[in-house]
Amino acid sequence: MTTLAVRILVVDDEPAIRRLLRVGLSAEGHVIAEAASAAEAEQRIGEGQSDLIVLDLGLPDKSGLELLRLWRAAGLEAPVIILSSRSDEVGIVEALELGADDYLVKPFGMRELAARIRVALRHKLQQQGERPLFQAGDLTVDLVKRIVRVRGQDVKLSPKEYDILRMLVQHAGKVLTHQHILRQVWGGAADVQYLRVYVRQLRRKIEQTPDLPQYILTETGVGYRLREADP
Amino acid sequence: MWEQPVPDEPARKRRPSPDALLDRAGGDGRGKLKIFLGAAPGVGKTYEMLLAGRAQAAAGVDVVIGVVETHGRKETEALLDGFEIIPRRQVEYRGHTLDEMDIDAILARRPQLALVDELAHTNAPGGRHPRRYLDVEELLARGVDVYATLNIQHVESLNDVVAQITRIRVRETVPDSIIDRADDIEIIDITPDDLIRRLHEGKVYLPSVAKRAIANYFSPGNLTALRELALRRTAQRVDDQLVNHMQAHAIPGPWSAGERVLVCISERSGGEALVRYGRRQAERLRAPWAALHVETSRESRLTEDGKDVIAAAMRLAGQLGAETATLPGDNVAQEILDYAATNNFAHIIVGKPRTPLWREIFTGSVSGELVRSASAVNVHVISTGAENAAASEGGAGRAGSAARRRADVTPFLWSAAFVMVSVGVGLALLQFLDVRNIGLVFLMAVLASALKGGLWPALFSSVFAALTFNFFFLPPLYTLDIGDPESILALGFFLCVAVIASNLVGRVQRQALAARNRARTTEGLFLFSRKLSGAATLDDVLWATSWQMAAMLQVRVVALLPGDGALEVRAGYPPDDTLGEADLAAAQWAWEHNRPAGRGADTLPGARRLYLPLTTGRSRPGVIGLDNDRQGPVLTPGQQRLFDTLADQAALAIDRIQLVADVDNARLAAEADRLRSALLTSLSHDLRTPLASILGSATTLKEYGGAIAAPARDDLLATIVEEAERLNRFIANLLDMMRLESGALGAAASLNDIGDIIGSALRRASKILARHKVEASVPEDLPMARLDPVLLEQVLFNLLDNARKYAPPGSTVTVRASRDADTVQLEVMDEGPGIPADDLERIFNHFYRVQRRDHVRAGTGLGLSVCKGFVEAMGGAIIASNRTGRPGAIFTLRFPAVAEPAGLDGKA
Repeated sequence: MTTLAVRILVVDDEPAIRRLLRVGLSAEGHVIAEAASAAEAEQRIGEGQSDLIVLDLGLPDKSGLELLRLWRAAGLEAPVIILSSRSDEVGIVEALELGADDYLVKPFGMRELAARIRVALRHKLQQQGERPLFQAGDLTVDLVKRIVRVRGQDVKLSPKEYDILRMLVQHAGKVLTHQHILRQVWGGAADVQYLRVYVRQLRRKIEQTPDLPQYILTETGVGYRLREADP
Repeated sequence: MWEQPVPDEPARKRRPSPDALLDRAGGDGRGKLKIFLGAAPGVGKTYEMLLAGRAQAAAGVDVVIGVVETHGRKETEALLDGFEIIPRRQVEYRGHTLDEMDIDAILARRPQLALVDELAHTNAPGGRHPRRYLDVEELLARGVDVYATLNIQHVESLNDVVAQITRIRVRETVPDSIIDRADDIEIIDITPDDLIRRLHEGKVYLPSVAKRAIANYFSPGNLTALRELALRRTAQRVDDQLVNHMQAHAIPGPWSAGERVLVCISERSGGEALVRYGRRQAERLRAPWAALHVETSRESRLTEDGKDVIAAAMRLAGQLGAETATLPGDNVAQEILDYAATNNFAHIIVGKPRTPLWREIFTGSVSGELVRSASAVNVHVISTGAENAAASEGGAGRAGSAARRRADVTPFLWSAAFVMVSVGVGLALLQFLDVRNIGLVFLMAVLASALKGGLWPALFSSVFAALTFNFFFLPPLYTLDIGDPESILALGFFLCVAVIASNLVGRVQRQALAARNRARTTEGLFLFSRKLSGAATLDDVLWATSWQMAAMLQVRVVALLPGDGALEVRAGYPPDDTLGEADLAAAQWAWEHNRPAGRGADTLPGARRLYLPLTTGRSRPGVIGLDNDRQGPVLTPGQQRLFDTLADQAALAIDRIQLVADVDNARLAAEADRLRSALLTSLSHDLRTPLASILGSATTLKEYGGAIAAPARDDLLATIVEEAERLNRFIANLLDMMRLESGALGAAASLNDIGDIIGSALRRASKILARHKVEASVPEDLPMARLDPVLLEQVLFNLLDNARKYAPPGSTVTVRASRDADTVQLEVMDEGPGIPADDLERIFNHFYRVQRRDHVRAGTGLGLSVCKGFVEAMGGAIIASNRTGRPGAIFTLRFPAVAEPAGLDGKA
């Protein structure tokens, strides 16, 4: 668990949510700034450096997606985690495509939020250099030597399968949308069902109980997420 | 001038009569009618009407001219200045273009007062009403006041009197009801001498065709008589108004109490004159009156013309305000007297007998008998002066029977045969019987002829029998010597027997026929009422009614009911949907105004059918249209009564059906209400229970914070989390339910790996399934299915939640996917108590648990309903069943399988 004192900007119009996040994230040791509307958020961003932004999609004055688009266009690089209400998979996917790093569905528990923040910060810090060796549970992936081992055994993967796994490893703990994976692996010229077929095959090779996967997790309607690396 | 009231007159007669009060109050939004009445053309009615109209206009009333005939008279034309004249309607008729008053234009214009000339005018065919006075009635009904002009010779009840005076019978008549209903009558009177002078000055309009005849009309004697008629009629009306005034103010006066008048109608012509006379008497006595027709068995032999005479007279009586009645019976005079006695008639009016005296001696005459037998009743025997009628009526009757006679020679042959047989028998019995007694055998032959053939064959056989009896049996034998006076006696007896027997037989046969007809009608009505009581829907009632009317009245029937704002044909016999525009208009009018319209009626007579509205006590369900191929009116008065009976029964049946429907609706509404309130209670419970726990735990922590030990505190915190998550699940189901209901589901179908979705559902449910064992099995080669992954995950989650609720902790929950031909099958199984057999389908109903009032597990029971909705939205199916061999429920989902997409590269 990282204990960096990080500046987190919380953008949500609900006072209760802001209070909850303030208390919870402060307990983790972070420094919190708050904004209750898009206008306030702009102001806070202008005032100083934020290391991470928690953004509610349902803001009163401007849509969260709009803000995100503007920020990324203006070159803001800080990771953004969006909060969204249930059954808004379309909005979530769109936000991820616009440059959000991860998402949480309300109502959420504090532990999940902490995990998302941790993963997001870790990847930010490590963006420049890829960690060569990924390890989580019984799964070991060596990105340099292109070796995948599960429960002590080497696993042979087809090129596409490996590409998918590599992408997941590079963003371990973070969600990747179907479209993103398709773009990276297939150059965008393929249907989601191809991906699903490959993921199923991948699971059969890697998971102990493919029907109850532990590593490659489905984010229904959004994409896939690989389990976080062990600390 | 007034008689003193009888001292013991009860006090209630002094109270104001309600009718009189209503009359004075001006009724119900109807317009007021003022008639300018004149004795003859040219007295200046139109002129006076226009003057009166002008005065009203000057007083600020909105006046228009409906129709005014100036006939070129300059003074009248000058008066038209300044009035708004509603343009007339142009009608094409037989190559000519006629102008008629445009009633629709007037109604659209909605004036306060309209001036209408010549109330008795007949409109050209094609208009809404055939007569102008009917147009005026409609204007009055819609609240427009009317001034109208009328000549005295056009009044219906005075038609005969005017004809007697002027020797001209006027055809265009106006019913007395119009005059009685008029709020005001102004008589335009000038002396005959003045009128004749005006005629010579050319100031009187005369249609050039009839100039000569009308010149005769304008004799001083005629004009004086007409003038007196007009004055007297107006006086009568004024008298009525005075009586009304007195009755309204309870001023005692000489109004008569119940000297009712009865007019007797038979098939003899002159009935209409009797009716008019009766009306005048009734008017004079200011009493109600009635017209009675006694239907003898002889009537079945009447020609159509004869029946029409009766029908016309009865109709006229009805129009003039009489009650009409038709009674069956053979002794006409007795029936009339009985009716008069029962219904308290003081005066009976009957026509003068026209049969020759000798016949009257034999058969009697109705009027004679009435005069003889009436005790407390006054009998008025009226000569109706219908000279040609007797001849034509007798002629018609004779023509009919002549036709019959020409056709039927067989009865005479039979008679001859009977007589020859009796000759034979007589000869055979000659050994044993005296000659005189042989005559009795011939009597049998005559009787047989009477029974077989009726009067004339019986007479023929009696003559023939007498001759043969004489020839064969009376000395000197084999000669036709009628010297013996005894044979003449025999002949005489034979003839008497013949006549009496045949008469008797004829009467009995006719009575039997009449009785059979009546029985048939009654039987028909009985069957009809049984059919109706069995009818379950409105359409059934209409079909049964149409068929019955068609059968009993020999007409074609259509039944129209309102639907979509206009009337439409709902049933008919014979089935026939076509209604022309005129018919639709007539049907609509009949329904709106609750009066007959169409063929033979006062309104829109150009339609093909006669439309009669159906009324029940509560409503007006529709209209019946009748049509037949006969000329003349569609229904005779007798048939009209039958129609009324049928229509009443139908109306009752319709009422009953509507009431039943109302009761059903009320019950459904009550049930829906009950369900709704039960639902609200249950939802409220489902929402509030977790909140209660959360609030309770949180406030406890807040209040007692430090005083609670750490484990207990953790407990409370855990409760808060659990209950919040439970509330979240419930709200999720509620929202899903609303999405399903509103149709805004937005299912996005794509090819999916079911194993994938099972995995994510199990992961989501891992916390609630913490106390159960979970097994999942997905075959490697499971084909993909086309569905929405988010929805399927929710379905699985709900099924797992459901399993968790019913399966005991520690038991196993299994999820199994399999392939079955071209479907993909998913099963979620638990080891709980299972589902009762008759609930296997119902558990998917909304609020199943609410309907069952299941208090075992409180809750609204939305989860399974959401499952079914989602699964079906994705084109799949869900079934609940029980495990075989051990307790537990199985939920099976099935989706069509899809082949793997081709073109994948590089399988390992």
